[in-house]
Amino acid sequence: MRLQYFASWCVAGAIAVSATSLPADEFDDHVAAIKSVQKEAIGNDAAANAVKALSTLPVTSLTRLLSAFQDASPLASNYLRAATETVVDRQLAAGVKLPTKDLEAFMLDRNQDPRARRLAYETLRRVDDTAEGRLIPGMLLDPGAEFRRDAVRLLIAKATEQAATNKDASIATYQEALKGATEEDQVKDISGALKKLGVTVDLQQHFGFLTNWKVIGPFDNKGLIGFDATYAPEKSIELAAKLTGQSGEVSWGDVTTKDDFGVIDIAKSLSPYKGAVMYLTTNFVSDRDRTVELRLGTPNAWKVWVNGQLLFGRDEYHRGMAIDQYRVKAALKSGTNSVLVKLCQNEQTEDWAQRYQLQLRVCDSSGVAIHEAKQTAHASK
Amino acid sequence: MRISFRRFASVTTRSLVATLALACLTGADWRQFRGNDLTSVVADAKLPTTWSGTDDKTENIGWKAPLPGRGLSGPIVVNGRVYVTASSGFTQDRLHVLCFDQGSGKKLWERQFWATGRTMTHPKTTVASSTPCSDGTRIFAQFSSNDVACLDLDGNLLWYRGLTHDFPNASNSLGMASSPVVVGDTLICQVENDAESFATGLDVNNGASRWKKVRPKRANWTSPVTLKDESGRTQVMLQSSAGIEAIDANSGSKLWEFTKGASTIPSSVVTNGSLLIPSNGLTSVKPSAGSGFELLWNEGKLGPATASPIVLGDKVFTLNSAGVMSAAEVATGKLAWQLRLKGPFTSSPVGSGSHLVIFNEAGLGQVVNVAGEKGEIVSENDIKETILATPALSGNAIFVRSDKHLWKIGG
Repeated sequence: MRLQYFASWCVAGAIAVSATSLPADEFDDHVAAIKSVQKEAIGNDAAANAVKALSTLPVTSLTRLLSAFQDASPLASNYLRAATETVVDRQLAAGVKLPTKDLEAFMLDRNQDPRARRLAYETLRRVDDTAEGRLIPGMLLDPGAEFRRDAVRLLIAKATEQAATNKDASIATYQEALKGATEEDQVKDISGALKKLGVTVDLQQHFGFLTNWKVIGPFDNKGLIGFDATYAPEKSIELAAKLTGQSGEVSWGDVTTKDDFGVIDIAKSLSPYKGAVMYLTTNFVSDRDRTVELRLGTPNAWKVWVNGQLLFGRDEYHRGMAIDQYRVKAALKSGTNSVLVKLCQNEQTEDWAQRYQLQLRVCDSSGVAIHEAKQTAHASK
Repeated sequence: MRISFRRFASVTTRSLVATLALACLTGADWRQFRGNDLTSVVADAKLPTTWSGTDDKTENIGWKAPLPGRGLSGPIVVNGRVYVTASSGFTQDRLHVLCFDQGSGKKLWERQFWATGRTMTHPKTTVASSTPCSDGTRIFAQFSSNDVACLDLDGNLLWYRGLTHDFPNASNSLGMASSPVVVGDTLICQVENDAESFATGLDVNNGASRWKKVRPKRANWTSPVTLKDESGRTQVMLQSSAGIEAIDANSGSKLWEFTKGASTIPSSVVTNGSLLIPSNGLTSVKPSAGSGFELLWNEGKLGPATASPIVLGDKVFTLNSAGVMSAAEVATGKLAWQLRLKGPFTSSPVGSGSHLVIFNEAGLGQVVNVAGEKGEIVSENDIKETILATPALSGNAIFVRSDKHLWKIGG
C-alpha cells in the first residue's frame, strides 16, 4: 500500500510540475487547430495533437481555455471539453486548487459560450458544495437552458412546499418558475400544479406553437412517391388556386388547433388520408432579421420551407412523436415570413401507424418561445 | 536530479509491473458487445450462481458503483479496467464514458461530451445504447446520436466523429442501438434507419472514413458480427431486415449476401465458423472461404425476440417474447427442450461451463443449468434495478450495469 501511495504521489507531482502555460501564439494555434475540425474527420489529427498539448495546461489557464469555446462548432466544443476536463482531473489529482473565483466569474458572464459557462459551473461544483445554492437561483432567465432548468427545479420545490400553507405564495412562485421553464416536463409540472390552484396557463402561448394554418391536399403518396415529388405548393403558394390533387380538385382551407401543445391533427380534423401528401402554410411576422429555431413534432415524413427555401426534410414514418422532436434553424427577415410544411402519410395499416399530425413552434436556441410581432392576414388568431 | 529521476522511474516501473500482474489476476478482457469472440461465453470461468443486491440483503456483490445516467450499453473490460457509457440530461444530450478499476470499483476517470446528433429515443431506451468496443489500446464509444468518441485507456480524447452531424438524416426517432466492432485498423459502425441508412468503416487512428456504403432504408438495431472463414480471413456480417451482407472490413466490399430477411433487433451469433441468423426463426449458414455460404438448417420455432441467441456446448438457446427459452442442437436446429423463465428480456444471456446467466428487465438474474436433458433454473437473484444491458464476463465475475449502478457480481 505504501508503495502504491508513493507511486501515486510521484505521478501526481510529476504532472503538477509538467503543467505549464503555453505562449499566447502557441495556445492560439492549438485552439485554431481544434476549431478547424470539420465534418468527415477533416482536421482530426491536428485537433488530437492540440488536445494533447492543451491538456497539460495549469489550472490558471482554465478560463482562457473556456473562453476558447466561443464560436466553436459542436465537434470542436467536444475537443475543447476533453482538454478542459483533462486539465482539471490532472491538477485536482496533483492537489492543485482550482481558481474558484475565476470559474464563478466566468459562469456568470453571459457573453461567454453557454456550454463553456456550464462546464465552468460543473467544475466549480466539484470543489464547492455551496455553488448551487448561491448561484442557481439567479439563473432563471439565463440563456443557458441547463441553468434555467436548475433554477426552475429549485422554484418548483419551493412552490410545492408553499402550497400546503400559503396558496397565494405558491401560485406566485409557480408563475415565477414558469418564466424560465421551456422543457415539457417542467412546464407540465408547473401548469398542472397551477391548475390545481385555480390558475390556467396558456401553453400554446408559452411554447410559441403556430396554431392557425392553411391546408391543401391530398396529393399522391401511394407507393411513397410523394416525398420526392414536387407538387404545385412547393413552387408557389397561391391561396386562391384550385389544384389537381390525388383524387380531384383541391383548394386551400383552414385548419386550427386548440390543443395545448399545438397538435394539428389531419386525420381527425380533415380525413384519415392514407398514401397522401398535405401542405400546410402560415405566416410569421418577425420584428427584425433574426435566426430562430423551428421545432417540429410529427410521426410522419415532412419537409419545411421558410420564404421558399427548403430547410430540411425527413423521410421517416411512425417512429414516434414528441415536442421538439426536430430542431431546424431558420433565418427570418423583418416583416412577414412564409412557412410551408409538407406532411406525408404512408399506407401502413397497423393501429399504431394511423397518426397524421404536426406540431410546430418558433423559439430561440434555448427553447424560449419567440412570438409574432403582429398578427397576419391569413393566419390570424 | 538524476538520482531522483532514477528513483521515480524505478518506483513507476514496479508500479506498472504490479498493475500488469493485477490485470492478469483480474481476468481476461471482454472488449465488445458479447465478448471478444462475440459468443457471450467464457469457457472456463466459475461464475457465481447466487447473489443478491437488494436493500435487505447483499450477497456475492463484489462492488457497485453509481452511474450518472441510464444506458442499454453493456460494460467492457480491458486490461483490468471496466468501461461503460451513460447518457444524462433532460434531452439526454450529455454523453458519458466512464472507467472503473476492475478490482475495487473505484472510478478512475470520466469524460463527457455533448451530443452532436439527435437524442430523441423511445422512453425505454437511451442515447447510451451501444456497447463500446476496444482494440486493447483504445476505447470506441458510439451513441444513439451517432457520436463516436475514441479515447485511450486513460481517458485522453484521440478523435471524435459526429456521424449524424455529418449526415443529418442519419437518425431514428426511436433511438439507435447497434454496437460497433473493431477489426484490425477499422471500426465498423452500422448507422441504419428509415432515412439516411449506411454502414461505415472508420480508421481507428483518426476516425476518417475508410469506406461508407448505403444500407437498406429501414430501422435496424442489430450489431455487426465477425467470423474467420476457413482461409483465416475475417468476414464482417451486417444484418438488416433484408438479411445478411458479408463484407471485407478494410474495404467494405461485399463478399456474399443472404437475402431471406433477418430480424432488426436480436443479432446473429457465431459458432465454429458458422453463423446463426435470427431469420425466419433461426437459420444456420456456413460462410465459405470464397464468396458464398452453405445453408445448414432453418428452424421456425427458434425465433428470438429481443435478446440475441447464445451457443453453449452443443446447443443454441433463444428467448422468445413470452420469456420461454428454447434449446436446440446447434448442428441440426432440432428442438431439445423449452423452459419458461421470468421475462421480459432486453439483455442478452451470457454463459460459462454448463450455466447461462440471464437478467430480466426488472433486474432478476436467472441462472440456468443447461447440462442435463432439460434446462433447470438453478437460482433467481435480485438486485431490483432495471437491467436492459448485456453483461460482461471477466475472471469469475459478472459485470452488469443497471439504470443506476455498475455491478461486479462474484469474482
